[in-house]
Order: sequence, then C-alpha cells, then structure tokens
Amino acid sequence: MKNNLTQTTLSNGLKILLKEIHTAPIISSWVWYRVGSRDEVQGRTGISHWVEHMQFKGTDQFPANILDKAISREGGTWNAFTYIDWTAYFETMPADKVDLALRLESDRMVNSRFDPEEVASERTVIISEREGSENEPLFLLGEAVQQTAFRIHPYHHEVIGDKADLRTMTRDDLYHHYRKFYVPNNAIMAVAGDFDTQSMLARIKELFEPTPAGDEPARLARPEPPQNGEVRLSVEGPGATSYVQICYRFPPASHQDFFPLAVLDSLLAGPSNLNMFSGGISNKTSRLYRALVDKEYVVSVHGGAQATIDPFMYTITMTIHPKRKPEEALAALDREIQRVKEEKVTKEEITRAIKQARALFAYGSENITNQGFWLGYAEMFADYNWFQTYLDKLSAVSVKDIQRVANEYFKPQSRVVGTYVPLEGKA
Amino acid sequence: MENKLNSLPGPDDIYREVLPNGITVLARSNFNSPSVVIAGYFEAGALFDPDDKLGLAEYAAIALMRGTKNHTFDEIYNALEAVGASLGFNAGVHRSGFNGRVLAEDLPLLLDLLSGTLTAPVFPKAEMEKLRAQLLTGLAIRAEDTGDMASMVFDQILFKGHPYSRPEDGYTETIQSIKRNDLVKFHREHYGPRGMVIAVVGAVKPEDAVRQIKRVLGGWQVKGQKESLELPSLKTLKKTVSKHHRIAGKSQSDLIIGTNGPMRRDPEFMSASIGNNILGQFGMMGRIGDVVREKSGLAYYAYSSLNAGIGPGSWEVNAGVSPQNVKKAAELIVDELKRFVQDGVTADELADTKANFIGRLPISLESNGGVANALLNIERHNLGLDYYRRYADLVTEVTAEDVLSTARKYIDPDKLVIAVAGP
Repeated sequence: MKNNLTQTTLSNGLKILLKEIHTAPIISSWVWYRVGSRDEVQGRTGISHWVEHMQFKGTDQFPANILDKAISREGGTWNAFTYIDWTAYFETMPADKVDLALRLESDRMVNSRFDPEEVASERTVIISEREGSENEPLFLLGEAVQQTAFRIHPYHHEVIGDKADLRTMTRDDLYHHYRKFYVPNNAIMAVAGDFDTQSMLARIKELFEPTPAGDEPARLARPEPPQNGEVRLSVEGPGATSYVQICYRFPPASHQDFFPLAVLDSLLAGPSNLNMFSGGISNKTSRLYRALVDKEYVVSVHGGAQATIDPFMYTITMTIHPKRKPEEALAALDREIQRVKEEKVTKEEITRAIKQARALFAYGSENITNQGFWLGYAEMFADYNWFQTYLDKLSAVSVKDIQRVANEYFKPQSRVVGTYVPLEGKA
Repeated sequence: MENKLNSLPGPDDIYREVLPNGITVLARSNFNSPSVVIAGYFEAGALFDPDDKLGLAEYAAIALMRGTKNHTFDEIYNALEAVGASLGFNAGVHRSGFNGRVLAEDLPLLLDLLSGTLTAPVFPKAEMEKLRAQLLTGLAIRAEDTGDMASMVFDQILFKGHPYSRPEDGYTETIQSIKRNDLVKFHREHYGPRGMVIAVVGAVKPEDAVRQIKRVLGGWQVKGQKESLELPSLKTLKKTVSKHHRIAGKSQSDLIIGTNGPMRRDPEFMSASIGNNILGQFGMMGRIGDVVREKSGLAYYAYSSLNAGIGPGSWEVNAGVSPQNVKKAAELIVDELKRFVQDGVTADELADTKANFIGRLPISLESNGGVANALLNIERHNLGLDYYRRYADLVTEVTAEDVLSTARKYIDPDKLVIAVAGP
C-alpha cells in the first residue's frame, strides 16, 4: 500500500484500485468498462452510449423504478459517462451507505434486463438528446471536423451515434454489445474515500468475484492512415456568429510526446484540465489569446487535447469577431503556430505550465468523487502511475522538446479546418 | 476535534467577523488540500440598471479585471494565470459577486488583485470596446439558444412590470448605449464595503484569512454608496399565458411551464423545496421525469426547479423536446401539476426526499467551493451559523400537509406561464 493506495486483480480479471481518504464521511465508487464509440461499426454507432442508458433501466433485483430511487434515497449522487474509449459509472455515497452502490454495480455488470419496452422509450430519449446537441453550432461543426479527420478509425463518429443507427438498432444489438463488453476482465473498479481497505476489498470480492470472466472482447483494428494534405470544410446553419475549428493530429496519452504537448497546449491556449469535476482557469495571457482575442480577430479561443488510447486530435476553437472574417483569424492563428515552430519558448513558460498543472491537481483533490475518478480514468489509456508521475513528466520537458513536438504535430498538411457559416442575414 | 469527519459547518468552526468598514468576513479552514477558495457578493446588482442601459451592472463587474490604477489587463491576468489561480466577477439582479481559487501559498497575491479590481478599476477605453464586442457576440449566441430564450420569455411574462422581467445581460441596443462614463459612475455610486460579504475557505487559518482581508480591504471607505432599492410589488397571473418564441432551423424546442414561487426567507421555503424535489428532481427527475422521459420517451431532460431568492421566486418545469412534441409534453406536465396540487405527495415519497436531502448534505459540502457557497447562503438569507447543523431537523419536521398547502398556495394549474423557444 503506497499513499493509502491498494491495487489488486480478482480471479475473474476485475482490476481493483482502492484509496483510503479520511477527510469526509464520503465514499466514491467507480466501475470503468473498456468500451466506447471506438468499438462501434457503421450501422450501430451510438450503441455504447445507449447501453449505458439501459444500465439505468433495471435488473430483476433492482427494477427500474426501484433503482433510480435507491441511490437518491440514501443521499448519494450517481451518474455515468460514455466516451470514445470507455464507459464509466459512479456513485458517491455517505460512507455508511456505500454497500448499496457496490451491490448495484455488481448486479448490473451481468443482470440488466434490456426490456424491449424500455429500449423503445429510450430510443426517443436518446434521439432527443442528440437533437438537443444539434441545436448547438459547435456540436454540428465538431461532428463534421471529427468525421473528416477519421475516415477509417472508429473515432470517426460522435459518441451519441448517427440518427440513422439510433432509429434502427434493435434490443438484441444492444444486449449483445452489453454481454460482450461488460465482463469483469474488461473492467476496473476504483473506490476512494472513508473506508478500511481490508473490509472494502473483502466485500468487493464477495460481490464481484462470483461473476465469471468472459471472452476478451475483440477490438476493431482500423488505424487511421496518414493524412496528406489539409482538408477544409464548412457547415452552414442558423445564427449570426461564425466559428472556426482546427484539428491537428495528436499522439495517444501513453506516448512520451503527450507531455511536451501538454506544456505547449498550456502556453498556447491555457492549461487544459483533464479532470471532469473541477473547472479550469482563464487563458487570457496564453499566446493565442494575446494574438487573437486581444488583437480582435476573435472573441474567444480555446484549445485542448484529450487523453486517448489511439492517436486523436488537438482542437482549437475560435469564435470569430463580428467585424472579422474567418480567414483573417486563421491567418493570425497560423502566425502563432509558426512562431512556436521557429522560435524557442522560454524556460519560464515551462515553469509556469507546471505550476498551473500543480494548481489544477490541488483543486481537484478537494473532492473525493474526483479522486475516485482519477484512479480509474488513468487506467483507461495508461495506468494510475501515469497520473501519479504526471507533474514529474512535465518537469522533465525541455525547451528543445517543445520546439520538436511543435514541428512534428502542428503540420498544416495533416490538419482539418472547419468553418461554421451562419445563415442569418444571407439571402 | 472529536469526530471531525461528521462535522458540518457550524458556529464552532465558522469564523465570522464584521470589519469596521462594514465588510463581513466568513472563514473556515480545510487543510486536506493545499488550495483556497474565495467567494463573495456586494450590493451592485442589475436592479440599479436603467432600462435603456440594461446590462450595465454586468458590464461593470466584468470590466473590473480590464485594468486598475496599478495594473493593466494583461498584468492582472498574467499574475493570476502564472500561478494557476482564477478570479472572476459576475452580476446578479440584487448583487454582484466574485469567485476565485488559488494555491494557499499564493493567497496574498489573489487578495491583492481582488482589492485592486474592486476598489480601483479604471475601465480603459480600448479594453471597454473589446469587451463590448464580446458581450454583443454573447447576446447573438443567446438569441439562438432555445433554453436561454425560453427562460427570457418566461421571465418577461411571469414578472411583467417587475424588474425581475429584465435579463441581467441586457439587449443589443442597451449594451451599445453604455458609455465608459456610465461604467465609471456605476462603480463610484454602487461599489463599496457596506453590504459586502467575503468567504474564505481552504488551507488557511481563519484568523489569518481575516487578517489578510483586513490588510487589503480594511481601509476601503466609500462616501455616498447608494442604498439598495425596494422591490415593487408583483402582479399575479389571472390566467394561463402562453408564448412561442420562434427560432428557425433548430432541431429541438425548449419548454418552460411555471408560476411564482416563495422567497428564500418565506416559512414555506423548505416544504416547497421538498415538494419540488418530489415533483421534478428525485431519482431520475422526479414525477415529471418519470412521465415525460421514462414513460413517454419525449425528452432527454424534464425536471422542475424552485428559484427562491431575496424577492419573489419562480417554480418552473423545464423540458427539451422535439418541436412536434411540445404540445403533448406540455399537456403531460400540466396534468402532473394538477395531480400535485390535488393529491399532494405520498408518505413514501416524502420519506425518500427527506432521506435524500439529509444524506446528500455532506456531499454538497465536500469541496471548498461548496462550503464557501454554503457560508454565503447563511449570510445572504440570515439563516444562522448553525443552519447546516439544524438542517436535518428542518427537513424532518415538514409534513405531507405542509407540502400540499404550499403547493396549493403557489401553483394554480389554470394560471401558468407556458414559454416555448424553437422552430
């Protein structure tokens, strides 16, 4: 046990991470499955997210109308997330009520019913969720950019899925996907908070170990080939505001270049917070803000990368100033990108990025839910050590590293540039 | 320090001091993480905005960070961002406020910036124009947001003739009409220590926190800081009023159905809050979620909320639905409101919600930000430093009859506002 952390794997392959934190009478328990939209083929896009919804629709032991009340009644908070690489479920409970969460998760790992009527009603709920997103210009633009950046790799489509597939997928499709991926040897259980490790581990074994291991789920093997030449696209829609989104190709989180790129992101666009329960800080002295917002090409600029299993994207999103054209903003952006390629950044800028990361981690550690999140999250694309040594890895980044990765990853010929063209005022 | 893990904030660990110039400081320490949150409010809300310069309070609040007597915009943010700190201002109807967070080692820096921006902003002309363009873009985006527009239409009808009918972020014309001098004047007349409350929570001893606030703001004096305004009385609805605000090209509409709710200090607040939880929060969004989402599959979100503040509040149901389902969803929601005021809530529902309210309290107070908000809530509504220790009793004593009589007092299913924004 190091830093109150215990790691072990049950006989059925379920990996367990436990971290005792005795600061509040609260426990946050998480179950992570290695399944996301990366595991979906055309015709069944959005299936992982839909399965996540069905996990709230009941088992024989916890029928739907009992399930959705049980956690709330005990004062707990719970939710679930589906991402391109993973699906996660959490409950944060008063410490003396955590057993309910453990029983619920062990049960729905195998016993969810996928009742056909519930599938039918959830179909329209998810279509409604998608239509809500379609109201947002940045969703429409982001979807177009992503599907252009990934022609082969299943990162091609949005997690929510395509409407055509949401209309046609069947109950059996969903159930098959559930049984294939929701096996203990494809999952991680992470618990943080006010408990005794030995008794927590004993209870987890009692509840989860009877579930037998399943076949290791087969994965799609469709790596994205290199892109040779910039692609530009436009999306038209309602509104009066133009947006431009630029995506460059980035390495996976486990790649050594991820760390110099994190420093570069921090000084270009302000530090990204990978942490879901603790917001970020402003970016008004980042290079892109100074060059684009201060100079009034855009009214806001944001940039960031995600920690992923396969190579994904670094995305810069600009809200264009009403008096400027998208091309002017893009040209100003390109001058800044060129500058980090040609001129070395300063040592001070790196020191600053590390301090920013340290502060963001400190804010996140106020919250037990967030500490539970990190235990499992880092395991989805690397391991918990990735998180524990993150600041050390940033500290090892040199000025030369930054210049090298700027030239290697910010290549115009492998980027996609998308523009949202507002139709207001046009004939 | 016995049983520290079970202690909610209370008189023995909240430090409260009123400085001679009128600033109230609330502090509570938490050394579990090396960070500190500051949050506060002051009497310079949008209630003071003239109709033709609506958005002035918000413009002024955001503009504070754009330059002070001693520092430029870039210097202010450079100091903050270099240490991973944040500070931001916002405007509400009655009050404006701020939030910031910082590593404990840099708290003095954050407080110096707070003091400089509050007491000595200079509203540089060039920065004000940049900010104006950003605010106007925000309004253009708001005009396309079905949720924002439904909410604006709802407030315009529910609070007709009352200042609560006005959006704090103003309109394009009103933002365009605000001059730099208006900002300077607004700051001079409304910003001051009287009525200001600051909460400091995190890895700092309470007495240190107070000493540091005294150092940066203890000497602040303002002559002629204007008194807060009286609210006019509110006209109640005579019948159901519906309005559809068209936004072309959208794939989903937002629907808001509701009426007036209690003020925070009204004795019915707790029974309304419990009733609301049963109506549209508990589990997967309560009865409303059950009918609109779970049983009918009409919406991804459908919930109710109670907005209770200093003045009259609202009690509303929100749902995002496909344009062709707006009517059907509205009928289901009105039926649920009818059932709510006819039959009230069951003993099981009441017990569930009480357990939920009491059980979730420690989780809502988990982070420094959560505690800071709780301390401000105590001060804003004069709840008493022992409020969170008494909370379980306050919840427990509410009866099903209380919930029913409160529901009937506020909700009349024949006198509702139905606001829709979408195609």
